[in-house]
Amino acid sequence: MGDLGELLRGTVAGERLPLARLLTAIENDAPGLRDLLPQLFAAGHGGHLVGITGPPGSGKSTLVNALTEEWRRRGRRVGIVAVDPSSPYTGGAIMGDRIRMMDHAADRDVFMRSMASRGELGGIASATWMAAAALDAAGYDPILVETVGAGQSEVEIARLAETTVVVEVPEMGDEVQAIKAGLLEVADLLVVNKGDRPGADLAARHLRAMLSTAGGRVSRKPPPIMVTTATSGEGVAALADAIEAHRAAARTPEEATARARNQVRRALADLALRRASGSASWDATLQSVATRELDPISAAERLLEKDAT
Amino acid sequence: MDDARSTPIRVLIAKPGLDGHDRGAKVLARGLRDEGFEVIYTGLRQTPEMIVDAAEQEDVDVIGMSILSGAHMALLPRVVELSQSRGMDDVLIAAGGIIPDADVAKLKAAGIAEVFGPGTSIGQIAAYFREHARKRA
Repeated sequence: MGDLGELLRGTVAGERLPLARLLTAIENDAPGLRDLLPQLFAAGHGGHLVGITGPPGSGKSTLVNALTEEWRRRGRRVGIVAVDPSSPYTGGAIMGDRIRMMDHAADRDVFMRSMASRGELGGIASATWMAAAALDAAGYDPILVETVGAGQSEVEIARLAETTVVVEVPEMGDEVQAIKAGLLEVADLLVVNKGDRPGADLAARHLRAMLSTAGGRVSRKPPPIMVTTATSGEGVAALADAIEAHRAAARTPEEATARARNQVRRALADLALRRASGSASWDATLQSVATRELDPISAAERLLEKDAT
Repeated sequence: MDDARSTPIRVLIAKPGLDGHDRGAKVLARGLRDEGFEVIYTGLRQTPEMIVDAAEQEDVDVIGMSILSGAHMALLPRVVELSQSRGMDDVLIAAGGIIPDADVAKLKAAGIAEVFGPGTSIGQIAAYFREHARKRA
């Protein structure tokens, strides 16, 4: 499938097939990928990483399509990663996000990639951040990551994205839904989509009222709440403006550090698990825990130490 | 590299031309999902350009096209041509639907790997894709 360094060179030069094949290598964790990472990162252009999340059927794909149209009008090249769930039984997946992206099918300045979650929880695949880095190296800006239809706790995207847009619908429920923990909490921008339905403005007002009463230990400002109708384009330009406006806010040293902390934390956990589970004493240590000779924390310590020495 | 692949095979299912419904394509997409494939479904009324653009960005192993309208001779060889012109020679291109026997040989000569007629089971299609899709590292 071609040398990875060559794929990266093609990607940076703006060629599409090398980018597509680099994304496949990333998804498959191909041999040699680890060595390419520093170059991949260095090749980034600093494109704005925007997460789009929300429950299934709230109109994420349609909104991504409408936002893409708006950004194309503004002369931007748009990269999209759309994540759909893998079957927990067969590992298979159906990815249908392109159906709503037909308007841009022939546009060479829009690159869209569908990604199966491959068993990863949290609404995105573990390779998603690296896929976003590849689109960044290719010069797309913004880069939109559309998550699987998320429930209340798939908040992983907020750790990855600079700007997280949570898409809800007018029928989302009563005011108590808005003060529960989870998805709504991670929104940098909150969108009530399907604004042409009855109750949309009321839902937005409820959200505004409930979220503005937040206080206590969370110093976070309540997110702007916007109403869109993705199918007609109503409110989409204003949403694009709000996303643009948030770009600067997301790039303060504090925010950048917070994101870095999350990313490194995640990488550290992955690395530790990968190393420990590859260690020769993995099975024996598991057995010791199973027979209660050893507690799980001591076991973890032992596995990490073994590897370190 | 010849071992059974550990990563799912990616398949684009597309409906070229002006067919009015995509029931069969959806059933196939669902069936292939259950067989462990990652299926990218693009919907109705696709031009050959749209299909190849999507296949390129998605880096699929297989392009599967379902066509009922009778326009297969006009549309399917064009998909092969475009794919090859973009360097996607290693992508398996197959078709299904209502295609007269007389045209099957012509389509195969034009680079369509296989044509699945009515009555083909999803299991047969899955087995064919597994056997003939490119092998990846």
